[in-house]
Amino acid sequence: MIVIVDYGLGNLFSVQKAFEMLGAEVKVSGAAEDICAADRIVLPGVGAFGDGMDFLREKGLDSALTEEVMGKKKPFLGICLGLQFLAETGEEHGEHTGLGWIKGRIRKLDVEKQGLKIPHIGWNDLTMVRKSPLFAGINPDADFYFVHSYQLDCGDPADLVATATYGETITAAIQHGNIFATQFHPEKSQDNGLKLLENFIRWKP
Amino acid sequence: MLKVRLIPTILLKDGRMIKTRQFGEYRDVGNPRTVAKVYDAQRADELIFLDITATTENRHLLFDIISAVAEECFMPLTVGGGIRTVEQAREMLTHGADKVAINTAAVERPAFITEFSKKFGASTVVVSIDYKKNREGKNEVFTHRGTKATGLDPVAWAKEAERLGAGEILLTCVDREGMMTGYDLEMLKQVTSAVSIPVIASGGVGTIQDLVDGILIGGASAVGAASIFHFTDQSIFKAHSHMKQKGLSVRK
Repeated sequence: MIVIVDYGLGNLFSVQKAFEMLGAEVKVSGAAEDICAADRIVLPGVGAFGDGMDFLREKGLDSALTEEVMGKKKPFLGICLGLQFLAETGEEHGEHTGLGWIKGRIRKLDVEKQGLKIPHIGWNDLTMVRKSPLFAGINPDADFYFVHSYQLDCGDPADLVATATYGETITAAIQHGNIFATQFHPEKSQDNGLKLLENFIRWKP
Repeated sequence: MLKVRLIPTILLKDGRMIKTRQFGEYRDVGNPRTVAKVYDAQRADELIFLDITATTENRHLLFDIISAVAEECFMPLTVGGGIRTVEQAREMLTHGADKVAINTAAVERPAFITEFSKKFGASTVVVSIDYKKNREGKNEVFTHRGTKATGLDPVAWAKEAERLGAGEILLTCVDREGMMTGYDLEMLKQVTSAVSIPVIASGGVGTIQDLVDGILIGGASAVGAASIFHFTDQSIFKAHSHMKQKGLSVRK
């Protein structure tokens, strides 16, 4: 069973429906016991960094997630804010501490000087940095849907799987062992996104 | 590279899809779910749903449509219509919306933009601005579906909305809406150069070249259109291909 972590913000519906369409058994839950019972864990993402982390901590979900993902090495997929939570720190509306599974910090996109708009909203193609099972069978010039104002400055280049270009190089996808995460929204990226989610379901450690 | 976005707008009234001219003259143009599926299949970049009849009592009609669409179309959905509180915005998101458009409530209580933005992140908040020429011939922001004058200047209001936490502006020229005579490029240009958040142009598209002009002349990050897809033989495919031909970077 895949558990989609509900932290009280944003659109979990699309993530849930996407996995269901792919034939997966899904439960949306904000309870630590469900996270412990999951085979795979998805941390979706809309919302603000601070509010989201506060919610995870208040419900004790941060320690449950760390135990299951870092301890028991369950396959994990973070999406958008769900990628950003993995960093050590985030600077949206003040400095916040993240889960710290991935080395690096979340900072605001630095593109305004070039006359580029923030948030970075829309379809962008990727540059693959290394092979990852997440992108198996996906055309290398596929576009994915991004909507964000902050991005991960990856502390360990070995974690980086794909980048996107928007005035600067943006972290688009990372993998650290059993931990996968994307800054873009696969559940909003039509056929390519669904393929990526399917790759996550099929992946075996 | 970021691609320019082509966004069909789906106007809703009592659960049906309609099309208007200058916000009046309602015409029924079909079942919103069916139309959304077609746009999805044609690789539209996003969809915008605006419910002109949504009230607290009948918002379930809108929820049903959004959920049904989100179950089948794995693409970005922006939804607006009578949203006045953070709780209502949350409900919209939990029914499958990715971004929520707010209009009248943002003008009446600008702090709502900030509350919403702080809670769900700026990229979830689309401030929808409807404007038209007032009696003095000056462009003025109107709320309540274009019926109530606000005294606000569209450029000044867009800048204020950005300052308060909006992540995107949906700019609609009421005078051009449904008229198929092209965007109001002058105002579009003024707004896009005044703010550093993306602007979606809306109101007036009659040819696929209008879409190109909205981006190249108007400076829009995304172009919205409706009539052209209902009342002409143009499709999302043809529009994308024309935009590409004119040197714009569009999605493959």
